[in-house]
Amino acid sequence: MAGDVISPVELDRRIVMATQAGLPLDVRPYHWLAAELGVDAETVMERFRVMLADGRIRRSGVVPNHYRLGYSANGMSVWDVSDEDIRAIGSQVGELDIVSHCYHRPRRMPDWPYNLFAMVHGHSQAEVRDKVSHIAQLLGDKVRQHDVLFSTRILKKTGLRIGGQ
Amino acid sequence: MDELDRRIINQLQGGFPVSERPFSEAGERLGTTESELITRLRCMLDDGLLTRFGPMYHAENMGGAVSLCAMKVPLARFDDVAGQVNAFPEVAHNYQRDHEMNMWFVLATETPDQLAVTLQKIEQLTGIPVFNLPKQEEFYVGLHFQV
Repeated sequence: MAGDVISPVELDRRIVMATQAGLPLDVRPYHWLAAELGVDAETVMERFRVMLADGRIRRSGVVPNHYRLGYSANGMSVWDVSDEDIRAIGSQVGELDIVSHCYHRPRRMPDWPYNLFAMVHGHSQAEVRDKVSHIAQLLGDKVRQHDVLFSTRILKKTGLRIGGQ
Repeated sequence: MDELDRRIINQLQGGFPVSERPFSEAGERLGTTESELITRLRCMLDDGLLTRFGPMYHAENMGGAVSLCAMKVPLARFDDVAGQVNAFPEVAHNYQRDHEMNMWFVLATETPDQLAVTLQKIEQLTGIPVFNLPKQEEFYVGLHFQV
């Protein structure tokens, strides 16, 4: 497009802003975006491929609402494992198909002794507790203590927005 | 929700194509047409079965900062403090959980410095310590939510 040169960095920023809430449900979504942004479709698709390759886009597709799909129990299981074991145990727990997110986070002694967090979803608290027991059995004496915290109220859920409004 | 909706939810959590007719491509893999896939996605989004459809951006890889934070809030003050914390646009999600550490929120900012500043502001405003629990390592963020 004559007279309108946008740097890749700026173009990526505009693409992110334009698609944070979602990709347009148009038969040619990238072409639709390109028209909005005043660039050609090949360029837009190339930026998507670059961002997918370098990890700025984790993945692209549907985000299911687990709450609406019946998985109303949202259990944050937390574990105290030794610092030497954390990577091995974290990987082991993270690969379980009953765990959706698994992170190593810092302890905050004395208030918070847990260093491994694993989100476990289920149709009920009982089901989640059952799944957490399985994990505890799997880990055996590698775990010094553990707990599961259920969300009792969603206080705010607006989602991450990059780049300000 | 029928078999096709289930297949869409189970198989399209990632890998949406980057091409001229991506819904046609994805539709073929799912055993449906381009227009039917678009219709199903629109319906599930409208019904709230899907939160969103599109690229999921990685905040830190884009130079931003994200952290999980927690507070022990006295129950008598809980709603007031929730209001104070929620008022920060940097607070993306905020949940009450059944533990002494009862308020859990995600802070997302454009830079790590802004995150530290926002955290301090929340502490000063509420008078309650904020425990910052950033992820130090991530273990396989599962795609597998199956219905």
